Amino acid sequence: MPDVILKAEELVKHYPIKTGVVRRTTGKVRAVDGVSFELHRGETLGVVGESGCGKSTLGRLLMRLEEPTSGHLDFDGVDMYAQKGRDMDRMRRDIQIVFQDPYTSLDPRMTVGDIIAEPFKIHPDVVPARKRKERVRELLDLVGLSPEHINRYPHQFSGGQRQRIGVARGLALNPKVLILDEPVSALDVSVQAQVVNLLDHLQRELNLSYVFIAHDLSVVRHISDRVAVMYLGKIVEIGDDAQIYEHATHPYTQALLSAVPVPDPVVEESREQIVLTGDVPSPANPPKGCRFHTRCWKATEKCKTEVPLLQLRGDGQGQHLSACHYAEALK
Amino acid sequence: MSDSEHLLEVNDLHVEFRLRDGIAKAINGVSFYLDERETLAILGESGSGKSVTAQAIMGILDSPPGFVTGGEVLFQGTDLEKLSPKARAKYRGPKLSMIFQDALSSLNPVFPVGWQIAEMFRVHQHMNRSDALAKAITLMEKVKIPAAKERVRAYPHQFSGGMRQRIMIAMAIALDPWLLIADEPTTALDVTVQAQIMDLLKELQEESGMGLILITHDLGVVASVADRIAVMYAGRIVESSDIRPLYANPLHPYTKGLLESVPRLDQKGQDLLAIGGLPPNLLAMPAGCPFNPRCRYAFDKCRAGEPPASEEIEPGRTAACYLAGRLEGAHA
Repeated sequence: MPDVILKAEELVKHYPIKTGVVRRTTGKVRAVDGVSFELHRGETLGVVGESGCGKSTLGRLLMRLEEPTSGHLDFDGVDMYAQKGRDMDRMRRDIQIVFQDPYTSLDPRMTVGDIIAEPFKIHPDVVPARKRKERVRELLDLVGLSPEHINRYPHQFSGGQRQRIGVARGLALNPKVLILDEPVSALDVSVQAQVVNLLDHLQRELNLSYVFIAHDLSVVRHISDRVAVMYLGKIVEIGDDAQIYEHATHPYTQALLSAVPVPDPVVEESREQIVLTGDVPSPANPPKGCRFHTRCWKATEKCKTEVPLLQLRGDGQGQHLSACHYAEALK
Repeated sequence: MSDSEHLLEVNDLHVEFRLRDGIAKAINGVSFYLDERETLAILGESGSGKSVTAQAIMGILDSPPGFVTGGEVLFQGTDLEKLSPKARAKYRGPKLSMIFQDALSSLNPVFPVGWQIAEMFRVHQHMNRSDALAKAITLMEKVKIPAAKERVRAYPHQFSGGMRQRIMIAMAIALDPWLLIADEPTTALDVTVQAQIMDLLKELQEESGMGLILITHDLGVVASVADRIAVMYAGRIVESSDIRPLYANPLHPYTKGLLESVPRLDQKGQDLLAIGGLPPNLLAMPAGCPFNPRCRYAFDKCRAGEPPASEEIEPGRTAACYLAGRLEGAHA
């Protein structure tokens, strides 16, 4: 049995839409609408999807930065959403987050030393006060920055270096799980590889578990052990590398993969591409039945009425979880 | 070779930005050409000068602080740099045209999109309102905006990112330009929408035969659409080539490094060979080759004097590196 560190069950997050002078609730945005998965200790779970699919909201739910509308979250056997006050604070130590934008997620008026040491203000017992400076230097060294830069300000660093600072802050409390929300999307390719390699290296060294949220399927493939594909607030398919990238069974996953150009003109010329029509529908008013049916080339009457469940379905090589009535791997 | 052979020919272009802190040499002797029906990709990271090159060709550089300090931009044999600003403005729209990365900030939020497309015809062809609007609807249909007739009066914020980019494209091709420059047209879009937009651009190009310059940082997008590619680093073209040989056998260490540092969707496993360090500060360029501080192959000659000149290594392939074509045997 795999060692499960984080287990989400039917997570739901709806945001109310308020209109008019009395701010009456007239609808809701179904950002995350029934998401279940398990994260195993020491693995990386990639979460991919297009903008508006709810992947970032999911990341925030996993840290309880947002209160869920409903659902359960088990962290190392403890029900996270039932925790209160100090117990919750203590729990959050073990699960930390790194944000996408290294330009806005660091306070420009704080030195790098203060930014990385800030978590210790809330959790003073992790590192005794007199040892904190030393710990910050250690962390800087760990993420590949020079410990001498402790008194510099964020603007004195490049994008890639700032992202390293964000990672150092995330690691300050020795977490077990790190939520990485688009950690390399804002970076240039040559710098992106440096940060990806750093994350790889840290995971092995510190035995971390990652939830890696991104829209770039190539990066996700590189770093993840398993991948969950999201569409309009739901996971449509989840499986290991080969299951998702070699024999995906959900049409959305297939289309998403086929839309990514491969940096090799020889491959590009021979590749069949599935081009989806239209845009992602609004999560305030998702289509009935299968949410993908409005853009799916396989859709039938059944898809318009009956919600396909995320369950084990055959992929030609075996079975993995997919939410399509007509799940089948491409030839 | 006569100049009129190519649709566009850029020779030894130099651009500098005169800033308070000094002079940033953004473009240092860039030369390339483009023919009709051809797609040239200009690839580079932020700060490599790819967008500035495009702005210089279009004549829309922010000036000051940006100044073209040398070189020529020959469009169908005419040097655009020698034209008066007024004469040059006449080229923008009917002859050369451009689309930008961020469609939302490129469109005017207070006018309906149809009005903005129609403006092209009213200004350049002095068409009346209703004819121009009818043309706008045709164009919106051409770029495949569903229900164009109903949506012609909608405002930019009422469209999704992909649809807004289509509207930008409609404006850019309104006057049937010979040359279209697309500056990161799909960077802000999701992959499924990116595929739609790239398909649309290819289709429009096949139909009209225009030349396309695609500015991007994405090696994947380049591989799927371009005929030729120019790789820029620190304001220079370090390598230019037909598309296939460049991916199979890069001549310049920077190109090689880029190809090794991108994760590929169709492969799993091997470590990414990241290029160490950062692109140089344009205000404090290193001596010698601008890439030398990050280069695995750099030796003494690379670290002093002038940067290596761009030379033809194979027919149709140039590179600016002393070791070009001999990287395999060189000491890493």
